[in-house]
Amino acid sequence: MTVATSQPGVPRTEIRKELVALLDSERVLHTPEELLVYECDGLTLHSRMPDFVVFPDTTEEVLQIVRLACRHGIPFLARGAGTSLSGGTIAAEGGIVLELSRMNRILEIDLENRMARVQPGVVNQHVTRAVEADEFYYAPDPSSQVASTIGGNVAENAGGPHTLKYGVTTNHVLELQAVFPDGEVYRLGTAAGDPVGFDLVGTFVGSEGTLGIATEVTVRLLHSAPAVKTLLAVYDSVSEATQTVSGIIARGIVPAALEMIDKNTIQAIEAGVYASGIPQDAAAVLLIEVDGLEAGIDRQLEEILEVIGSRQAREVRVAGSAAERKKLWAARKNAFGAYGRISPNYYTMDGVIPRSKLPEVLDRIESLGREYGLRMANVFHAGDGNLHPIILYDIAQDDAREKVMALAGAILRCCMDVGGTLSGEHGIGLEKREFMRLFFSEADLQVMERLKRVFNPDNLANPQKIFPMRRGCGEMSSLSEDSRDRLSRSEEDPEFVRF
Amino acid sequence: MESPAHPHPAGSTVAADLTPQCVHCGLCLQACPTYIELGKEADSPRGRIYLMQARQRGRLPVAGSFAEHISACLDCRACESACPSGVPYGELVEQAREVVEQQLKRPFLVDALRRYVFGWVFPSPRILRIHFHLLRLYQRLGLQALVRGLAALKLIPARLAGMERLLPDLRGRAAPVELGAIFKSNGATRFRVGLVAGCVMNEIFAGIHHATIRVLQRNGCEIVVPSSQVCCAALHAHAGITATAQEMAKRNIQAFEQASVSAVIVNAAGCGAKLKEYGALLAHDPEFSSRARSFSQKVVDISEFLDGLPALSPPGRLELRVAYDDPCHLLHAQRIGQAPRRLLQQIPGLELLELQYPDQCCGSAGIYNITHPELSMRILERKVEDIKQCGPAAVATGNPGCLLQIGQGLRMADLSHIQVMHPLEILDRAYRSESFGNGRNPD
Ligand SMILES: Cc1cc2nc3c(=O)[nH]c(=O)nc-3n(C[C@H](O)[C@H](O)[C@H](O)COP(=O)(O)OP(=O)(O)OC[C@H]3O[C@@H](n4cnc5c(N)ncnc54)[C@H](O)[C@@H]3O)c2cc1C
Ligand code: SF4
Ligand code: SF4
Repeated sequence: MTVATSQPGVPRTEIRKELVALLDSERVLHTPEELLVYECDGLTLHSRMPDFVVFPDTTEEVLQIVRLACRHGIPFLARGAGTSLSGGTIAAEGGIVLELSRMNRILEIDLENRMARVQPGVVNQHVTRAVEADEFYYAPDPSSQVASTIGGNVAENAGGPHTLKYGVTTNHVLELQAVFPDGEVYRLGTAAGDPVGFDLVGTFVGSEGTLGIATEVTVRLLHSAPAVKTLLAVYDSVSEATQTVSGIIARGIVPAALEMIDKNTIQAIEAGVYASGIPQDAAAVLLIEVDGLEAGIDRQLEEILEVIGSRQAREVRVAGSAAERKKLWAARKNAFGAYGRISPNYYTMDGVIPRSKLPEVLDRIESLGREYGLRMANVFHAGDGNLHPIILYDIAQDDAREKVMALAGAILRCCMDVGGTLSGEHGIGLEKREFMRLFFSEADLQVMERLKRVFNPDNLANPQKIFPMRRGCGEMSSLSEDSRDRLSRSEEDPEFVRF
Repeated sequence: MESPAHPHPAGSTVAADLTPQCVHCGLCLQACPTYIELGKEADSPRGRIYLMQARQRGRLPVAGSFAEHISACLDCRACESACPSGVPYGELVEQAREVVEQQLKRPFLVDALRRYVFGWVFPSPRILRIHFHLLRLYQRLGLQALVRGLAALKLIPARLAGMERLLPDLRGRAAPVELGAIFKSNGATRFRVGLVAGCVMNEIFAGIHHATIRVLQRNGCEIVVPSSQVCCAALHAHAGITATAQEMAKRNIQAFEQASVSAVIVNAAGCGAKLKEYGALLAHDPEFSSRARSFSQKVVDISEFLDGLPALSPPGRLELRVAYDDPCHLLHAQRIGQAPRRLLQQIPGLELLELQYPDQCCGSAGIYNITHPELSMRILERKVEDIKQCGPAAVATGNPGCLLQIGQGLRMADLSHIQVMHPLEILDRAYRSESFGNGRNPD
């Protein structure tokens, strides 16, 4: 075992030489010009450049890089597609980013046992693409699935619209191969599924890269449902829409997906290439999908239509073809990406509330937005009560960042008041870490941190993520205050100083 | 050179002044051929936009990384088709290239050659013709074999050898369509239309022009080929040579105005995309802005035009298994994907096959295969593999660059038995097959 020791002040040039010797110069980025684009991800509120970005191809190379980092006490983290909405890939203390985009091979497909073994850089949707001809698919479907990677999904325990019926990433990962900060490769879980002993897969999934780097992931494949029906219900009032959601859940129906999209979001989507004919003057729409056996699905659909009928929906459309269904989902899944149509920047929040409180909380959020003078939008997994309030802002405006974070805090407090919690679907990362205190006691946090230290004793794997900084409660920390340097980039490497 | 970048404190945020529509979501990453190949953020649409923003804010000099990643972009605009926020990437990258063009110092010889080719050869059909005559002579005299021999012995630079390899066989090609010619319709004239002759198109692919003209005649069109038209300047605009592009655009607008036609028909996707953007190219020109807009509105791709006719004269039978490949500048820049497929499907006997990734660039992208031969080849290999898996007898695609590139890819992979054709050549064959009555290839 290689024991990591922190040795501040290792010269960058030395590290670079070692990295180039391990890989080759083409696979080691080190100039500020090349590193610049790695300073942030889907969250642009914070940024910090790493010292190196490297492109390993194999588990062995990941292992050697991690060993090197640990030997010198340099922080490291993995990056998939960089779609994290919580700043997960920001090198908060500099160091090495392992970009896994080239580790994108599907290593094994075993349809008989319904599983696939893939490298972490495989794009979520590519797993389904590889098996759909045989009528299989990979269930977790984050809206970013056209871009985000299985490794990133595992780290963030990603969910999606179909989580309602099929669960989140952790329910679909059977086995993991991972490099830990002690410089060794481990296998967690078994391909057969049932964990023997501790559920280390469950521990790793959702740990946001703070325990180590996943280098292979064995995922569960599901057989496509024989029948699927998708419908769109259009409302002139948000509360009629949320009452419909409560009504469906109260009847004990579990649709495959139950999504709500509000007016601002509809307008953003409909202005672009994913427009699917959703009426732009609607206050809200529900996108509902049921799946299963041909026989049962019609009854489910009828029941849902009954609930809708009891509320005031303006219009109900049942998708007539697979193409129409696809179009509606494309509209929904591109919602976050469409906010550029209506705002220069946006900040996505992630909270869960009891579904019965939906109407009340949505009202409250809207008035909070008005109070802080910021526009809001909403698109979320209504069936789970998993809210994604979106704060629309313009970073060019003074104090935008402070205002956004203050509003975000107020919204989360409002979720907490109704018995809700902070969802981890998008990760806690950098910017939600201070909110952890709202939902967890000091003791709860410490137990988690202790677990982290078992795997990551020197805090080299993705430092500063998830856990709040040790300081006054409720006080927002900004990255610039926290930043620590573990590398010396001095006279020996003048090019770096320029940035 | 620009002023050096100023220091950037950790924790500061991204500017929203340029490209404000990009919300940095990354949903475009897997649409981008260069990102798929290289896996590098700076070679993705999101990364390139980030570089543009950084340059704008003085965080990044023009020379070096910025120029490299901007020039490694294919300008295929697949990212535009993917972007939910409607970022006008094509416009952004052309702006960025203009900056590179203005500020980058190139070696003297390269610079002189560029100025000669872009400033003299392409704007003049006559000078272009002379060059193609020289090339034909080069091939006829057997000099090509000599040069290829030297290339094999590594006696000439690799890039030059790559360029040379791309050169199609110019011997025995159809004679160019004469500028100034008018072709009468078969039967009553329903439309008077103009044909864009193009530069390379008329020199290398005049056969496609002749096919286009015959099909149009069949469908009641009188075709005018205005004599004072020049190259569409797409190459110039993509390379950031904006002023010359604007001058050439004006000449084309005048040429087609004088011809008083109801539609300006183009059969090369890259040219069509540029011609449709003349309105934007000349938006700030007081004399030409509105003329450019109405010109651009008249421009139609040939497939769009035929598909929009109330009734297409029915083609004859043609037994052919055809895979259609979307030219980027038709699908992503002009959003035309179904029209050419529908045209082909109307041909009795023709079986239309779908590639797995018909919407992915073939790596041709203007002169990309010359400026970035290696990457272009890697992108091409994917296309060829896709075609191989699909196994058609012919590939149909409506752009000269793609025709050359895919043709070369198939030759290199020993798949020369698969023909590469413009959809109009196939349609024309179907019309002509009638007189043979057996559905066999009349040629
Ligand atoms: C438009 C848009 C829509 C989204 N929709 C959803 C949604 O519906 N549901 C949802 O859950 N999320 C969603 N997200 C958030 C994001 O896409 C997910 O968190 C996704 O899982 C991130 O994957 P990635 O490959 O981009 O990872 P990255 O952003 O590259 O990394 C995310 C984190 O994972 C770590 N990581 C990456 N690879 C590994 C590895 N191999 N081993 C260990 N750690 C690793 C990184 O260090 C980082 O901390 C959305 C984001 C966007 C921009
Ligand atoms: S170009 Fe569009 S899709 Fe790509 S990151 Fe920007 S907003 Fe998202
Ligand atoms: S134009 Fe093509 S190559 Fe360039 S960034 Fe967009 S998708 Fe990538």
